[in-house]
Amino acid sequence: MRASRVAALLAVLLLAAAVLVGWLNVRGEEPLAGDAASFVATPEQVARGAYLARAGNCAACHTDRGGAAYAGGKGIATPFGTVFASNLTPDARTGIGGWSAAQFWRALHNGRSADGRLLYPAFPYPNFTEITRPDADALFAFLRSQVPVAQVNRSHELRFPYGLQASLAVWRALFFSPGVYEPVVERSVQWNRGAYLVRALGHCAACHSPRNAFGATRESLELSGGLIPLQNWYAPSLASSAEAGVADWPAADVAALLQTGLAPRGAALGPMAEVVFRSTQYLSNADIAAMTEFLKSLPQTPPHAAAPAAAMAPQVRVHGEALYKDHCAACHGANGEGASGPDGVVYAPLAGNRKVLLDTPANLIHIIVNGGFPPSTPGDPRPYGMPPFGPSLKDDEIAVLASYLRSAWGNAAPAVSALDVLEAR
Amino acid sequence: MTAPPSLLRLPLRVATALASAAMSAAMAGAPPPVPDTMAQRMQPCSACHGKEGRATQQGFFPRIAGKPAGYLYNQLDNFRSGRRAYPTMTYFVEQMSDDYLREIAAYFASLDLPYAPPQTVGAPADEIARGEALVRQGDAAHGIPACTQCHGAEMTGVLPAIPGLLGLPRGYLVEQFGAWRTGQRKALAPDCMAQVATALTPADITAVATWLSAQPVAVGPAAAGTLARPLPLACGSVP
Repeated sequence: MRASRVAALLAVLLLAAAVLVGWLNVRGEEPLAGDAASFVATPEQVARGAYLARAGNCAACHTDRGGAAYAGGKGIATPFGTVFASNLTPDARTGIGGWSAAQFWRALHNGRSADGRLLYPAFPYPNFTEITRPDADALFAFLRSQVPVAQVNRSHELRFPYGLQASLAVWRALFFSPGVYEPVVERSVQWNRGAYLVRALGHCAACHSPRNAFGATRESLELSGGLIPLQNWYAPSLASSAEAGVADWPAADVAALLQTGLAPRGAALGPMAEVVFRSTQYLSNADIAAMTEFLKSLPQTPPHAAAPAAAMAPQVRVHGEALYKDHCAACHGANGEGASGPDGVVYAPLAGNRKVLLDTPANLIHIIVNGGFPPSTPGDPRPYGMPPFGPSLKDDEIAVLASYLRSAWGNAAPAVSALDVLEAR
Repeated sequence: MTAPPSLLRLPLRVATALASAAMSAAMAGAPPPVPDTMAQRMQPCSACHGKEGRATQQGFFPRIAGKPAGYLYNQLDNFRSGRRAYPTMTYFVEQMSDDYLREIAAYFASLDLPYAPPQTVGAPADEIARGEALVRQGDAAHGIPACTQCHGAEMTGVLPAIPGLLGLPRGYLVEQFGAWRTGQRKALAPDCMAQVATALTPADITAVATWLSAQPVAVGPAAAGTLARPLPLACGSVP
């Protein structure tokens, strides 16, 4: 008697939870008006959409290496499996040729596909939800102007239970709600434009914010830095002067970094080089100024007291110094002061360099192991680069060298172990 | 009233002189400015390809100095577009403009450096003979043209886009054939080398690589300027 009552109660609770989850997944959705044929784009919309597609860097995921533009197929590795970007060309069968503008809007704003399926948040609709309807329509107009490419979408390869729509529905009930960008009236029009570009279209938080165990970015920690899943790159905090905050940078330097990939206090490398190359170099001066104003205004968390760097054993220090002299000093200077060419800084100073001193040494190890070039852009068309030292230095040598960089010339950050190097390689 | 120009110029000259004196004092202990050259910009390449793009004798990595610019550009673009797969190369070129890739290709093509002695010595005579036969005559029965038909009678490449075959590490040559057979390395379609690699047997590949890597290279071998047409196979990267 009692058991059946408990069972009934449980069933009711489960049903109520399912109804709640279901309701949370469709809240804020508008009725789908119009069909594919009823949308007629203006040339202005197409041009605007082309610009916005770059601001949102759609091609970074939806154009595969060597593949047709926006035809999808690129795999995005996540801790839950691989999500494959979809075909955004206007092919009727395999792309979005049969979509209406309202369905496209629902995908961006509500994270649901034209066929009603819930979309995986590797497609950053938690950010794109704040894109305005006119901007969504312009993007749609642009994508519909592309050459249709018949390329069937590849199925995601996600581990159980992440591949189930029900799991995704629960995730969305917990971590996603559709939103609109609400201008902050105390701020300037330019600031609000910058906030919109950074938060919505630019989806900067997709990398620069920490994620919880379920892969959701945490709004309360907006832009406070995050490890990019499976890439071993740390996207540093934009809200900390100890990481990548720009509150005390001249506005011109922020603009230079975003438009050319090169600024006096650092170059864009790794994933940020890609962002500059594919996206921000194309933004108008006005939009760059807007993003700069917003980024400079982010509240800066005071640098926490880092764990005091343990004094290096003298023989380790000597080894690190020798490695530095042999491999680094020719470019970065005898005392980590960097070097300049006729047009400004070429080889970054390592003394006081924030990339070197980040709590997580992932980026420093990445740069030593793989080297790299900043992007080539009209503002820096022929970038200088750094050789990869992964082939010539062993893990323990890289650890000693990195530890030396983090303790020499007034630098003070915790040592790096060979295990750190092994993990980051 | 404004001061006559000459009076204004004097303090300016003094200020300029003082400033340059201060700068040279500051520069005295500082390193010289970074050279504004392609050689300096291409430092990262030497980590694997050797100083100035001349691969080392023992290494795996190919020599790039002196290869035709069109060939080098095609390879850089192949890495950028995923037709060739080597993570470090892809990582280096994926954010580079076409213009820069062309300049990089032209830079390495312009280098004329001595070659290291051949890597392969003392290979079995029958392997050497089979290798040389394939290189010079091909194997008509299996649809394999001679290497020399496209890569030049001296195998030093043909402008603008066919590479020379000498001075390359044996391991590199073998791996390229393997990569073509498995689709890991591609060229613009039609991919003639994929056809050749598929038609060769593993023993043929070893023999060709052995013979090629055993040849000494004369000083400054230039790529040939022209080639008898048509090519034995259609090649997308040689328009």
